[in-house]
Amino acid sequence: MKLLLKIALRNILRNRRRSLMTGSAVVAGVLATLLFGGFAAYIFAGLETNNVQRIGHLTVFRAGYFLFGAGNPATYGIDRYRDVMALIGNDPVLRPMINVMTPTQSVLGIGGNFSGENDASKTFIGIGLIPSDRDRMRRWDEFGTGSTYPPDPRLSDNDDTQGLIGFGFARILGLCGPLGLQNCPPIPTPAAASDKVASIANEDLGELARRDASSAEPLSTAPHIELLAATAGGAPNVVSLRVGGAEPQGVKELDDNYIAMPLALAQQLVYGRGEHKVTGVVLQLHRSEDMPAARARLMTLIRDNHLDLDVRDFGELSPFYGQAVRLFSAIFLFIALVMGVIVLFAVVNTMTMNVMERTNEIGTVRAMGVRRGGIRSQFIAEGVLIGAIGATVGAALAFLIAALVNHGGLTWLPPGNAHPVPLHVAVASSPALVIGAWFGLVLIATIAALLPANSAARLPVVDALRHV
Amino acid sequence: MAQALARARAPDPSAAVVRLHQIARIYQLGAIAVPALKDVSLTIPYHRFSMLIGASGSGKTTLLNLIGCIDAPTHGTVELCGQNIAELDDNAASAFRARNIGFIFQNFSLVPVLSAYENVEYPLLLIGTPAAERRERTLAMLQAVGLAEQAAQRPNELSGGQKQRVAIARALVKGPQVVLADEPTANLDTATGASIIELMRRVQAESRTTFIFATHDPQLISHADEIFLIRDGKLVEHTTEARG
Repeated sequence: MKLLLKIALRNILRNRRRSLMTGSAVVAGVLATLLFGGFAAYIFAGLETNNVQRIGHLTVFRAGYFLFGAGNPATYGIDRYRDVMALIGNDPVLRPMINVMTPTQSVLGIGGNFSGENDASKTFIGIGLIPSDRDRMRRWDEFGTGSTYPPDPRLSDNDDTQGLIGFGFARILGLCGPLGLQNCPPIPTPAAASDKVASIANEDLGELARRDASSAEPLSTAPHIELLAATAGGAPNVVSLRVGGAEPQGVKELDDNYIAMPLALAQQLVYGRGEHKVTGVVLQLHRSEDMPAARARLMTLIRDNHLDLDVRDFGELSPFYGQAVRLFSAIFLFIALVMGVIVLFAVVNTMTMNVMERTNEIGTVRAMGVRRGGIRSQFIAEGVLIGAIGATVGAALAFLIAALVNHGGLTWLPPGNAHPVPLHVAVASSPALVIGAWFGLVLIATIAALLPANSAARLPVVDALRHV
Repeated sequence: MAQALARARAPDPSAAVVRLHQIARIYQLGAIAVPALKDVSLTIPYHRFSMLIGASGSGKTTLLNLIGCIDAPTHGTVELCGQNIAELDDNAASAFRARNIGFIFQNFSLVPVLSAYENVEYPLLLIGTPAAERRERTLAMLQAVGLAEQAAQRPNELSGGQKQRVAIARALVKGPQVVLADEPTANLDTATGASIIELMRRVQAESRTTFIFATHDPQLISHADEIFLIRDGKLVEHTTEARG
């Protein structure tokens, strides 16, 4: 074995230029695979972090909510949700896994700004939440992406009347000026033939709001909007929301419709004076790898306690995550395949030339008593060495480039994100990727060496000796 | 060196190291059958300095290849050191060659990436000689061919004569029963060729190894114990020289 490796290494060094070219192909293969793989790994981590910060790992819903609840969330409230949360929170299996457990209430309705200057209304998709739990969830960063958020004073446990709206929603309701938003144009003057239906709806909602406001305590001078929704009983209900600020959402449809409000206000809007329920109990775990176990345990608890509940993970609730993962995985696979083919042909070409050049040497050592297997091993060893050296250099370069990128302070705007995030290439933190790429390329180099090695081993000794 | 070579298996001196019986070797070139050897039978005793002579294309190298177990006859049997070569599969033939046959080629055929020392050591690695013994025998053989000083040099740093000396040391280091040399002086100038012949004659005398040459070098022929004249693939004459 020592002799085999010695001869292999010396032959690689002997044909320096050729080995360098082949090695470069392997280096490029590993470099491309690791850098893109590292970038993709960072994207996956970033997307997962973003999702888990927003909607947790798992959400417990009333059965049927996932498929039909979006049409009427009020009818899918979880009865006695505090008991359900206590059951989950006190479970000895789940308790150590849970970082944050928080109730949420989805709301659909119409929001309107009737401040006098504007009479604008817009359907909204709202979420009622506990602000301090939201702050804790937004600090979750298992993968060290650096994308965490400080506590948001615009939503507070101590103020049930203030919430946040999407940037687009603020624009549509004419709140750009009152909220001091940049790059937010005012509502254009309506055409003469305005939409009568919308106008009537605005008048109705405005009237309801004025009636409601007359019986309530006077609101502060901060911009506020009225929210109209149907209660669980089917009656219209209106609440007033003080707008603490506007926050851009990554997807326009959401940005134009989004409202986040304290849970109590959402419950008041949806359930009025009835029992206050929630549409979901969100669980954010300490570690994502616990998700299957936590989900299985939740299902056991639900079954054992005969609860009419269902559990969904963030991948199901946010299909974009799965789509992005699949897209990047496909691109990664494509790059890896292309690189693999390049390495394959480069090594086949080099080893074939080596065999041709050393045909006489093959005949000599075969005459001396080296077996066919010995010849085969010799050329395979050379392929493996070229692959291993190239892959090691490629991996080292990938580490270096990744470190430069990671410390370069670059940022980018991932799809679905509203804010730029640091650009990272997660090579060092992806040992499986590094090991996989290294062994993968070395394996390809080995396979590529097999064919010429077999040809060399099958050469008749006499013919090989005759070769000049 | 004599000590090192004495480790080789001691054969029965009365037996023949090579027995060829009605050998034919026909090469198929497309549809044309080209006979290289026709009905050759010969016997070569142990410890002789034997020559296969003849013009280019007469069949000497083919005959040497058959004796060296690197080619198989179309007809007839080849027996080397009492072993019918036809009974050996490829791996067994390789092992047989590794133990019993040393080769010296016209173009030296050293492994270019190995030093003179490593080239000579190579056959001992193939037969699993222990490291200490390997080193002792390799150094002794390099000393015997006068290349102890050049042990670390690669073939491209050696002259033609030095390369052939390394090849001789490589062929002899394992103490083979038979050394086959195909035109060993053809690529050397006259003086170097003469010194190489002298060297081979000396080591043959010391080691009592059987040498079989394919040559048409008159210098070499004058040293022969036995001469087999091959013409058009046939053995036409066998001469035994009376030597001490």
